[in-house]
Amino acid sequence: MGRYIARRLLIAVPTLLAISFVMYAILALAPIDPLSQFGADPRIPPEARDQIRHALGLDQPWPIRYLKWIQGMATGNFGYSFMSHSPVIELLLQRLPNTLAVVGVAYIVGFLIALPIGVFSAVRRNSIADHVFSTFAYFGFSVPTFFTGLVLIIIFSVKLHWLPFVYDSNLKINDFGSLVAQLRQSIMPIAVLGFFEAAVLTRYIRAEMLEHLPLDYVRTARAKGLLERFVVIRHVLRNSLIPVVTIIALGVPAIFGGAIVTEQVFHVPGIGELLVRSIFQGDTPVVTAVLMIFAVLVVAFNLLADVLYAALDPRIRYS
Amino acid sequence: MATTTQRVTTTVATPERVRPARSLWGDAWYTFTRDRLAMMGLFVLAFLVLAVIIGPYLYTGTQLIDFARSLEGPSPEHLMGTDDLGRDLLGRVLNGGRISIAVGLTAVFIAITLGTTVGAIAGYFGKLDNPLMRITDLFLSLPVLPLLLVLVYLFRETLKAIFGPELGIFLMIVFVIGILNWMPVARLVRASFLSLKQKEFVEAARCVGDGDGRIIFRHILPNSLSPVLVAATIGVGGAILTESTLSFLGLGFPSDVPTWGRLLFDAGNFIDIAPHWVIFPGLCIFVIVLSINFVGDGLRDALDPRRKI
Amino acid sequence: MHYRRAIAGFGVAMLVAACGQPGPSGASPSAGGASATTAATTRGQGGDLKILYWQAPTILNAHQATGTKDADATRLVMEPMASFGKDGLPVANGLAAEIPTPANNGVTKDFKTVTWKLRSGVKWSDGTPFTAKDVAFTYKYQCTKETAASTFDRCDNVKSVEAKDDTTVVVTYTESQPFYYQWGVGGGSLILQEKQYTSCVGAAAKNCTADQKPIGTGPYKVDTFKPGDTVTYVMNENYRDAKKPYFKSVTFKGGGDAQASARASFQTGEADYAWNLQVDATVLRPMAQQSTLANLVTVYGSSVERILVNFSDPSPSLGDRRGEPDTKHPFFSDKAVRRALAMASDRGTVATRFYGDGLTGKPTCNILTAPEPMNSKASASFDVCKFDVAAANKELDSAGWVKGSDGVRAKGPIKLEITYSTTVNAVRQNVQNVMKQNWEQVGFKVTLKSVDAGVFFTNTSPDGANHFWTDVEMFTNSGDPDPTSYFNGWTCAQVTAKANNWNFGNYHRYCNKDFDAIVASLRTETDQNKRNDLATKANDLLLTDVVVIPLVNRTFATSGVSKSLKGVDPTPWDSEMWNIADWTK
Repeated sequence: MGRYIARRLLIAVPTLLAISFVMYAILALAPIDPLSQFGADPRIPPEARDQIRHALGLDQPWPIRYLKWIQGMATGNFGYSFMSHSPVIELLLQRLPNTLAVVGVAYIVGFLIALPIGVFSAVRRNSIADHVFSTFAYFGFSVPTFFTGLVLIIIFSVKLHWLPFVYDSNLKINDFGSLVAQLRQSIMPIAVLGFFEAAVLTRYIRAEMLEHLPLDYVRTARAKGLLERFVVIRHVLRNSLIPVVTIIALGVPAIFGGAIVTEQVFHVPGIGELLVRSIFQGDTPVVTAVLMIFAVLVVAFNLLADVLYAALDPRIRYS
Repeated sequence: MATTTQRVTTTVATPERVRPARSLWGDAWYTFTRDRLAMMGLFVLAFLVLAVIIGPYLYTGTQLIDFARSLEGPSPEHLMGTDDLGRDLLGRVLNGGRISIAVGLTAVFIAITLGTTVGAIAGYFGKLDNPLMRITDLFLSLPVLPLLLVLVYLFRETLKAIFGPELGIFLMIVFVIGILNWMPVARLVRASFLSLKQKEFVEAARCVGDGDGRIIFRHILPNSLSPVLVAATIGVGGAILTESTLSFLGLGFPSDVPTWGRLLFDAGNFIDIAPHWVIFPGLCIFVIVLSINFVGDGLRDALDPRRKI
Repeated sequence: MHYRRAIAGFGVAMLVAACGQPGPSGASPSAGGASATTAATTRGQGGDLKILYWQAPTILNAHQATGTKDADATRLVMEPMASFGKDGLPVANGLAAEIPTPANNGVTKDFKTVTWKLRSGVKWSDGTPFTAKDVAFTYKYQCTKETAASTFDRCDNVKSVEAKDDTTVVVTYTESQPFYYQWGVGGGSLILQEKQYTSCVGAAAKNCTADQKPIGTGPYKVDTFKPGDTVTYVMNENYRDAKKPYFKSVTFKGGGDAQASARASFQTGEADYAWNLQVDATVLRPMAQQSTLANLVTVYGSSVERILVNFSDPSPSLGDRRGEPDTKHPFFSDKAVRRALAMASDRGTVATRFYGDGLTGKPTCNILTAPEPMNSKASASFDVCKFDVAAANKELDSAGWVKGSDGVRAKGPIKLEITYSTTVNAVRQNVQNVMKQNWEQVGFKVTLKSVDAGVFFTNTSPDGANHFWTDVEMFTNSGDPDPTSYFNGWTCAQVTAKANNWNFGNYHRYCNKDFDAIVASLRTETDQNKRNDLATKANDLLLTDVVVIPLVNRTFATSGVSKSLKGVDPTPWDSEMWNIADWTK
């Protein structure tokens, strides 16, 4: 097992290097000008533009810029944002809490909703409740999240005036009042994302449960006279959750990446929002840093998922 | 692309029903027709596809700008109402649906072709398996959604310049969606190639002197198609959603190409004063994705060799 | 799995690059300034002021700003010597004790030297004294090329800025400068603290941490700054007016889009001040009218949405010679065609439908709409300013352009086929559609083209407005309170071409000796009434010659202001935050 992990880690390094090179090359070769933001202001003279280009080091060939960048990344220096002149790492750290507070919580909420519903639907397969839940699940991943978000804003913010839709990232939770404020401002984005996650996970859990329910060991357990509840929870659910755990692990990088649509719709200044704004502004240091962190997370959690799978399922052997 | 869902059909064969002649596809079709949700999905899907293919020839509505008619709600004259320039919405929805559906089909076609090729080669030729699967893993590690945004944003102007605004964006979107979604298909195909190539019938084919190409295309590929078909069906729904999201973000088609996503994007600002403008394209996306998912799940059950008939 | 993620996390958007907001500028001579009348207040009496910008500030240094948002967010902290008021004349609400004019001998007769008297006893927010040396330093910072300041245009023609003593600053121009307030007044001339910025001049400006938390003389100081998200400010205890500012703190939140900002202002009241609500008028009007929470506050300036006519031949078949100034446009070289195009342009419908007829814009046929005394009155009666399809058809008939079977007019082999480009923007695409329908009624064939704003305003792009490789193009531009440099953009010397890398301002490639003569007089004329006449004449000539077709005079500020917020008084020539010290509740 230890050797397996070590080997996977060794493969991860060249993988990440290859990803970083590809991403950097795409960004460097793309026909887009990081100065296009300046360009939108017709008053800025071309001379000033050339100066800005030089000051940002954009007049060097990109392979040289890549080497410098990778050197910096290796030492923990993510570079400086073109737009804000501040270190990229600071921007990321400022946004991480918001992203985790909304997307992370939504993910957990989604799972907590999906687990009982998925189990119930599988056990009471083809009952009316199962059909109702299934239909809801289909709704959940057939409606675009931007659409759900807009509708919620219209109902709860505009018509009813119950909830704010502009997320305040400076809110500090230090008493009951501020906790309520935090709940009020994050309930809509969490609902939108949580609904989606729950829909997807419900289908997973139900399907896995159904795979296991007819198996021999279940029949054996029942034959032993165990309570049905005990059979479902101790035997079927436990085994069914093994693949679900890996699915959840694979989804974690996406939590850190934020949910771009939802963050945009509700003004949540998360990482996804940062990434998109940086893309539009041509702020390449930020874009490359965010993409790179994504890649690291994806690789890391893929590894974790494999290890978890093996740890939970004794039938899997490493070779 | 792989769906996250699975549904087990409700069919219980009744003995008095007369079974048709048995064949792989005949069997599958039989199971499929017993699945009420899947059949419903199929009918709705067929209706929508026919409507957008034939519809624009039969009905265009008035597409001239006429402010006197702007933002009218649904009426017998304009079944879906009008937009802010007074253009008939039904005509635009029919027209836009063509592109939305075309995007879904083409993107998935690209993903399937690429995925099947890579998967078949990796599964059949042992030497290439490891490098190809490493590449597949590498692609799987790419952060798909940000990359999608980056690529579309970076290259849309170039493609627009080469192929024109409509075709350029179309190619851009289908290509990017396709190229970022072939990996699961490759894995599915590889797995089934790995197991099928050990089977006796392949052995037999080799004995009669069939070459690699013939074995791949005649013998193994047709037998590994069913998971691909399921993945493809559900992938179409995913691609339509992705296109609508891109359009919603302003990174999709230009305003004179009224895809459903673009219509939603244009209508978003008018949601309080002209909800009909938002609701109809939104409903179209929802219904088509929903029916595709029903059909996909029905197919999965129908093609599942473990199914009970 | 992968689609799932793609859907889950997708998102976002922004879009609609706003047109370049004009900034600062200065104008003609006059003394003093309108003093804001505010009731006596106590410093810090109010609570938190919530400002919402749908573009988030990313840097707090107006000289490194990448947009209005940055300059505005800086304005709470830093001040210029004076601000531009509504009439385009300076208001002494900044660091200057009074406004120099030719009348008080602050400006020399040759318009070359301006002497500024500064307030004494002003302190920076860190408690150290402010002196004229800081002003001279700011010039050094801003006008050193390597600093790459985005306000570098203010340095044009400036020879030096020197501190004569602690409260006297002398600005010298290299040649006669009728717009002698160019440097020192308005949002492009915010004064930096020498002590804080001394190591940030030149190339070092790139990674200067001072840009995150600048020290200023303004009413507020930065408390926390999250680039791309929020700035929070607290009142500056050292602010020179002991009664101001009224608010204890300010939250300057960025993000979202114009529509969401409008909602937050009019419908949910989450913002006291919401910036630039350029939303489709059909949506904005009911929102603003039905709101019990906020008012729509606008001000008109010199921002004009216009259609430019190309005088050179943009045909790709010319290869290297494409659009060069010595080529002639195949049919726009015929004045009758240009006139017909202008007469077939329905600016009234555009202004009514998309700008709410006075809500966020009003129809105009003038290319110079402000300042008021320079606004041409004659243009209203020009035939090219009236929408008249019949007259346009007649004009083309008598000029020998004959309608073919396809409805497109032609003369010999030349057909009236035009390509019409602009930026990607919902309102602009609607305007394009309306114009297309208008023009096709008189026998033009119109192809629409829309280019991403970033690309459209990039000088190196072949799709850029400056290359102008289409027949007509549309965007918004605006001028200084003094129109000399604005009109300079139509002179022969400014014709854009390959030779100058398309960096010059005359995108039309229009060249007319009569027009050049008017601009030459504007450069030297010192009598204000004569200057007004010259500006009007220049405006009228551009219209009657149909060089440009002005459509809509757009509002400069378009803000949602809470009904309880007082003192908001935007000027078309300066930052919306120019008088934030006077805001109260």
